[in-house]
Amino acid sequence: MDISKHLLVPKHTKLSDVDKKKVFDKYSVTVKELPKIMKDDPAIHALNSKVGDVIMIERESKTAGRAIYYRVVIDG
Amino acid sequence: MRHQVNEKIESITFGIFSPKQIVAASTAKVVTPELYDREGYPVDGGLMDLRLGVIDPGLRCKTCGQKLKECPGHFGYIELARPVIHIHFVKQILDLLKLTCKSCARVLIPDENLKKYFGILEKVGREEGFEARRKKIKAIVNKYKVKEKCPHCNTAQDKIKLDKPYTVYENEVRLSPIEIRARLEKISNDDLETFGFKSGNFRPEWLIITVMQIPPVTMRPSITLESGERSEDDLTHKLGDIVRINQRLFENINAGAPEVIIEDLWDLLQYHITTFFNNEVPQLPPARHRGGQILKTLATRISSKDGRIRHNLAGKRTDFSARTVISPDPLISLNEVGVPFSMAMVLTVPERVTEWNIEYLKKYIANGSKVYPGANYTLKSDGRRKTITEETKAEILEELEPGFIVERHLIDGDIALFNRQPSLHRMSMMCHRVKVLPGMTFRLNPAVCNPYNADFDGDEMNLHIPQTEEARAEAQVLMLVETQIISPRYGLSVVGCIQDGITGNYLLTKELVLTRNEAVDLLYSSGVDDLSALPNKEKIDGKEVFSVLLPEDFNFVGKDKSGNDVKIVNGQLKSGCMDKANLGQESGLMLRNIYEKYGPTFTSGLLGKISKLGITVLSRRGFSIGLADMDLEEGANEEIKEVIAKAEEEVNQLINSYNQGKLESLPGRTVAETLELRILESLNKARNKSGTIAMKQVRDSAALIMAKCGARGNPLNIAQMTAIVGQQALRGKRIESGYRSRTLPYFKPNDLSPKARGFIKSNFKEGLKPHEFFFGAMTGRDALMDTALRTPKSGYLYRRLSNAMQDLKVEYDGTVRDASRKIVQFLYGEDGLDVSKTENGALDIKKIIQQVLGAK
Repeated sequence: MDISKHLLVPKHTKLSDVDKKKVFDKYSVTVKELPKIMKDDPAIHALNSKVGDVIMIERESKTAGRAIYYRVVIDG
Repeated sequence: MRHQVNEKIESITFGIFSPKQIVAASTAKVVTPELYDREGYPVDGGLMDLRLGVIDPGLRCKTCGQKLKECPGHFGYIELARPVIHIHFVKQILDLLKLTCKSCARVLIPDENLKKYFGILEKVGREEGFEARRKKIKAIVNKYKVKEKCPHCNTAQDKIKLDKPYTVYENEVRLSPIEIRARLEKISNDDLETFGFKSGNFRPEWLIITVMQIPPVTMRPSITLESGERSEDDLTHKLGDIVRINQRLFENINAGAPEVIIEDLWDLLQYHITTFFNNEVPQLPPARHRGGQILKTLATRISSKDGRIRHNLAGKRTDFSARTVISPDPLISLNEVGVPFSMAMVLTVPERVTEWNIEYLKKYIANGSKVYPGANYTLKSDGRRKTITEETKAEILEELEPGFIVERHLIDGDIALFNRQPSLHRMSMMCHRVKVLPGMTFRLNPAVCNPYNADFDGDEMNLHIPQTEEARAEAQVLMLVETQIISPRYGLSVVGCIQDGITGNYLLTKELVLTRNEAVDLLYSSGVDDLSALPNKEKIDGKEVFSVLLPEDFNFVGKDKSGNDVKIVNGQLKSGCMDKANLGQESGLMLRNIYEKYGPTFTSGLLGKISKLGITVLSRRGFSIGLADMDLEEGANEEIKEVIAKAEEEVNQLINSYNQGKLESLPGRTVAETLELRILESLNKARNKSGTIAMKQVRDSAALIMAKCGARGNPLNIAQMTAIVGQQALRGKRIESGYRSRTLPYFKPNDLSPKARGFIKSNFKEGLKPHEFFFGAMTGRDALMDTALRTPKSGYLYRRLSNAMQDLKVEYDGTVRDASRKIVQFLYGEDGLDVSKTENGALDIKKIIQQVLGAK
């Protein structure tokens, strides 16, 4: 089963290095300050991500319509 | 003169006094147990020696020359005839004895291991801190305590045992303090490091007392009783014992008394010195007064709840906080708090004397501390405090000059912080202006009950008086009640009209028409003095009276509680009536709009006026509730009975078909469950139907008015009183068996009828039948239990949440971060909105555009 198709699972995408840099600059953060996601998290299973990648999560929000969240992949 | 600090403290070391230091720090050697001579004058070399400080007015200290209260007191010493163990060092002494060789006095650790241990200790101390190092030392000491042979000189070690509290045996032979001291003296400084003792300012032989310090008389003052007799402090008593026994011991030794006698006296000396330090040593009988009362010696003074730490240091009382019962006063402003006179005369505000306010402050001093707006203390420029009494008043008035501080009584308009626990909110502690009132309780405007979650069934609240200009300014700007009207949780007002305030305005705006005289009277008594907005005609509509309060350029469109449109055009209420939806707390949409446009001060003023207007309207019109309010019109009762009878019939049919096995089950349910569901459904339908009949039929009674405008009560309450109470439910089900197969012995087993399962078809006005009352009590008890159990549980959940999130903060870039700047949310609340700037969590873009365009 592909859980990323489930209606309760928000869309996860892996950021390119350029986009990653943009996020870091925008919030003036390093990997250390970002929220984390485990490498073997089922939601990013299909993304083939490695430690240090930044995952963008697009969620539907009751108040904001669409909310964007970033997580950095860590080793479980 | 202010105390000048001319040395800067760079570091503090804690250690133990050596006998030499004790002698050097002393001003007197105590040699005699006598306290006073025949004239009542302190004896030289006695325990009350004048060199140890003064406690008598008029005398001067022989050491520093100062008078009573100026002289801090000075230490003295006594030389003990025989050394004695210090009770608080028994453990250390024992460790030292056990871990050192009896003949060569080296530590019982081989040299090669010793080096290794120092390395480990160094590392642990550096990396894990002081506490970890101490643990490590303990582990090492415990490991080598049991060695049987000295690794340095190969002497066999004897077993050392402690006979509590302070006698040491080596192989069943008693070691005297002299012998112990001799051993400790031999331990080298290098070896001491193993025990964690830093060499240089410590020697283990100092753990045995040879010279004892005598505390200054100022810490053990004697009291003169009414009879003129002197009563000495417990410490002095104890010290007297010590000096006396010491003296006898000296004499006996010098006289060459038998060893037995000397040892007995020695033991006695040890006992007295031990109880001097600590009179609560488990194995020792406590030293007592002649009357049998236990002496309070050094350790007792410091420890436990009534000791110096918890009682005097942590438990200090001040003259700027207060607590008492609260009660309501709808006539004071939202921003005010009523403070009893008796409290205002204790709570003080410090005010600095300047050349401009000196005359003003002199009035307070002239009144003294017993006449109301008075003052209790003055502080001179050097910080010295003087109590204002009838006797000192004249002198203080004389010397008062700019730079002094006067601690005057609390007066109207002073700033105070008001708080009610549990402080779950930022609104649980708000700033109020003081209003001094007669009575014994704090008074507050009932409209601020909501943010404090207070009621008047005996609640108490705390009051704090800020003592500096900065604190007052901060409190006033950030915490004043009117600045807290809009809740940061949902963006609506937390304060609003309540109860009579709502009812009165509802009636006024809905149906009242007044004569001009009545209208003026009404407005004037609710605090409105500008009546120019009142239309110039004889008959004035209630809506027009209400509109006088509104600002002329105020526009508002909304809905009232019953769904009708409320329209305010240019400060005139055109349609709809004022009720809970626009005036109430936690809704108050109109109030929200006024706050946004006219600011906090105006809103709080308006709220006060509206509230007062409502209350006045109600008291002029008259408003009361009675049994007749629950009467139904003719025919309604029959109609309701019919509805219920029909429902019961329906239920009976359901039960019948169930018993005959004819009932068809709903998908996913058993037949029994289906029956329950269908019964509940038809009973509920019947209840709702009779409820609506009742609501329709009830005359316009006070109860109904209150329910309609949301002041108190709801349609369900009214239906329960007039028509039918309805089904009682436990855990979402009809009441099930309390006895075997039935709810009460009054019914037949397995009776599924509504009556037998908690359906109450009476109403409160008629009264309940016994079994109905019992079912009502069952659910009532269940609800009570539920709240009693849920409150602490949710309180704990809230505590964990608030502790986990307390340092989260919205940064300037809109992200939410914790104390280590880690991101928690990329945009606050996903939408970046400040809730307190919104209406119920959302921004009305259309309205904003309209406002912007309209302004052009």
